[in-house]
Amino acid sequence: MTPVWLSRLQFAFTVSFHYIYPPISMGLGLMLVVIGIIYLRTKDPKWRRMSFFWIKIYGLVFAVGVATGVVQEFEFGTNWAEYSRFVGNIFGSLLAAEGVFAFFLEGGFLGLMLFGGNRLGPRMWLAATAIVAFGAHFSALWIVMANSWMQTPAGYEILPTQWGMQAFMTSFSAIVFTPSFIPRILHVWTSAWMVGAALMLSVSAFYVLRKRHLDVATANFKLAMPFFVVFSILQLFLFGANQAEEVANHQPVKLAAMEGVWEDTSCAPMTIVGIVDVANQTTYGIKIPCLLSFLAFQDIHATVQGLNSFPQENWPPIRLTFHSYHLMINFGMIFVAIGLLGTLLAFWKQKIWGLRPVLWLFVLTIFMAEAATIFGWWTAEFGRQPWIVWELMRTSEAVSPNLVAWQIASSIGMFVILYIILFILFIYLLNEKIQKGPESLEDLEQSPVTSLPDTFRDVFRRRARA
Amino acid sequence: MWLNNVWYVLFVVIVAGYLIMDGFDLGVGILHMLVAKNDTERRVDLNSIGPVWDGNEVWLILAGGVLFAAFPLVYASLFSGFYGAMMLVLLVLILRTVAIEFRSKRPSHRWRTAWDLVFSLSSLGIAVLLGVAFGNIMTGVPINQQGYMSPDLLALLSPYALLIGVTTVFMLALHGSIYLSMKTEGDLLDRVKRWVPRLLFIFFVLNTLVVAASLLLHEQVAVNYQENPWLVIFPAAALACVVAAWLMVRRERYFTAFILSAAMIAGLLFSAAIGLYPNLLMSTIDSANSLTIFNAASAPNTLTVMLIIALIGMPFVLLYTGGVYYIFRGRVQLGPESY
Ligand code: HDD
Ligand code: HEM
Ligand code: HEM
Repeated sequence: MTPVWLSRLQFAFTVSFHYIYPPISMGLGLMLVVIGIIYLRTKDPKWRRMSFFWIKIYGLVFAVGVATGVVQEFEFGTNWAEYSRFVGNIFGSLLAAEGVFAFFLEGGFLGLMLFGGNRLGPRMWLAATAIVAFGAHFSALWIVMANSWMQTPAGYEILPTQWGMQAFMTSFSAIVFTPSFIPRILHVWTSAWMVGAALMLSVSAFYVLRKRHLDVATANFKLAMPFFVVFSILQLFLFGANQAEEVANHQPVKLAAMEGVWEDTSCAPMTIVGIVDVANQTTYGIKIPCLLSFLAFQDIHATVQGLNSFPQENWPPIRLTFHSYHLMINFGMIFVAIGLLGTLLAFWKQKIWGLRPVLWLFVLTIFMAEAATIFGWWTAEFGRQPWIVWELMRTSEAVSPNLVAWQIASSIGMFVILYIILFILFIYLLNEKIQKGPESLEDLEQSPVTSLPDTFRDVFRRRARA
Repeated sequence: MWLNNVWYVLFVVIVAGYLIMDGFDLGVGILHMLVAKNDTERRVDLNSIGPVWDGNEVWLILAGGVLFAAFPLVYASLFSGFYGAMMLVLLVLILRTVAIEFRSKRPSHRWRTAWDLVFSLSSLGIAVLLGVAFGNIMTGVPINQQGYMSPDLLALLSPYALLIGVTTVFMLALHGSIYLSMKTEGDLLDRVKRWVPRLLFIFFVLNTLVVAASLLLHEQVAVNYQENPWLVIFPAAALACVVAAWLMVRRERYFTAFILSAAMIAGLLFSAAIGLYPNLLMSTIDSANSLTIFNAASAPNTLTVMLIIALIGMPFVLLYTGGVYYIFRGRVQLGPESY
């Protein structure tokens, strides 16, 4: 096993694990803002209980997100030193901007969000929550921007230096707005919102099944449902479709691998579910005629290039790319179906509360939504291979030249053990929180809500009861 | 070229920001098991840093990002060269983060004690590793012609580097103890107060040793000072801060003492940075291989863009960080949401 292969394994493992948490930071953050607004409007204490409950969970998720994110920040230097030299001028500045603009915002206000319930009035508490949620979205913006530059580089020139070739910035705006950036950030945000809504649906459905905290659970369920439905439909028909279109235009060989298209095909069909047979260069499954040509080029007669039009050394891993992609879109379709079914049953004489199998389906949504996000990244990242920077630098040229296999193997061992323990503890504590459920306000509030400072002036005038 | 100098200064400022801000919460971690004897006291410890430690750690992430953007060659060589050490740093950083968050999630005594230990040892580990790494940067590293190095882990543990590692531990413990003196009450406060002068004394002795060792073993650190003698104001200011901090501690004016110990940390770091300038990584193989702020930097247009980003972003950061500290001022009171 070569250092390149091991470094890829390590990166894939650590980043996939990291990305379990950020979608919740974004999606649950958004839902918390919604709950906070509703509380301000209605003053119904059940929404305040919900805020207390979910913010505890948020703190737990956030901590693991931070712990695993730091690894990502340094891994470019430790494992991909040649890459870091090559792109430092461009990629480094985006990563640094993420720190300045987003991480400080999240880290600074997280304390107020987590400990604000008894220290700030509802409006100020909501403001702190909104800032943290905004920070999470903002950090995704920068990191996806950096990744988009690797997928569809622009605004650079390549010049020789004392240390080999390096990419230099020619236009900052072109680096920021690479062709794939806008479609991808919209897709990423929407997927995070689906995760957030799914988490609420899942926990509320579980409470209903167990007949616990029924008032809070049904309210929470009814709140999250419309968000879930709208985001799923938008994802399927708008943002997801738009993503595929962008890939078709800029990374045609990736599209061919995603769809298992072997030969150039006009009026190319789209495989809805299927398997790809690499040995025989065929793709089996349920196909809708001409749909792929239409989605990619808005023209059912357009030709989609097949894998065989590209040199084999530029092929991504086909099975991985194809199946990751199809798992993602299949989950995407399942979400729309579950969402519509749930809405229908909720409207139709509130039948849903008695239908246990349907409620169980909703319990599963969070797991499926998380899986879909990871498969999405796998599509994007495996599909980018063998390039680390699309058509500019190969992954095999990017690794740190001074590393030997055993070093990386040991660090992989460390991360695997550490992350497994972390994950078990995380799930254990999460489960404990969920089993305990939302506490009553009497247990949570130290002093009446109305006595808490609720404007900027109040906050900075009063003696803080730290 | 002035941009390279500006970014060198800014980078040192960011590292100083990290050592000052995360420094006190690392210090609280180092002292955790020594000063806090029961569950309530340990919760007070944790809650004294609870609302702010995460923001403080961002200074480290920012330092990484800025190194990547401004001096990519150093980012690449340093982190790949110190691979094993870096992995240890990541390990302790992760353990510390989850220890703070997980500790109070369950009532069990064993659970809490275990995480208290993890929190304390990982804080100690970070301080040692940072100090040792810094010691090696002062000593120089075996950078080859390609700009890479592969020192083995044991070679990094020279006595000089270990001395700096230990000094860093005491420096941060001192800083943390002064912070705790502002934040705690009762028995815990009495215990913390007894630690402050001890830590200050030990740190002072160790730091004198570090200065002596640096001047004896690494004459090159004195070169810049010989050429521009006025630069001596930096180490002199650091010394003045230590003395003044001691006076303030005796008068129990801990807030002033805290500011002074922060200024002292910055002064020491700047003194060392002047000694290194213009090198970022000195090669022990051939000085022509050294990575300097000129040959290892990004191009002027990147440095300019970064400067604009910093000028837009950092004032906001300082403003709202100040606001958050203000809101959480005063001694720690435990509540239902606390750790
Ligand atoms: C789409 C979003 C997204 C993606 C693709 C990534 N992250 Fe992440 N990251 C976040 C979204 C996020 C977040 C939502 O902003 C987190 C989660 C929890 C948190 O504190 O912020 C975060 C945390 C987080 C932290 C800790 C921040 C702190 O201490 O406050 C670091 C250093 C990174 N990330 C770095 C990375 C790097 C280098 C990545 C690329 C390989 C990466 N993340 C992928
Ligand atoms: C958080 C979501 C992400 C996930 C789940 C993810 C997933 C992956 C996977 C599975 C690989 C391995 C591909 C292979 O080696 O064949 C990979 C590689 C890589 N990704 Fe991502 N990725 C994510 C985000 C990013 C972002 C935002 C960046 C850039 C800022 C990035 C940069 C890289 C790099 C440098 C590699 C290593 C080289 C390579 O193998 O291509 N990734 N990622
Ligand atoms: C329903 C139809 C969907 C379509 C047609 C679709 C399409 C795509 C495509 C083509 C990519 C690869 C983009 C690239 O290589 O840059 C992608 C990536 C991704 N997908 Fe989807 N997707 C869908 C649903 C979903 C769902 C439901 C989720 C999660 C809840 C999701 C999460 C992601 C993520 C996180 C990425 C990686 C980020 C990126 O590359 O922008 N997708 N999607």
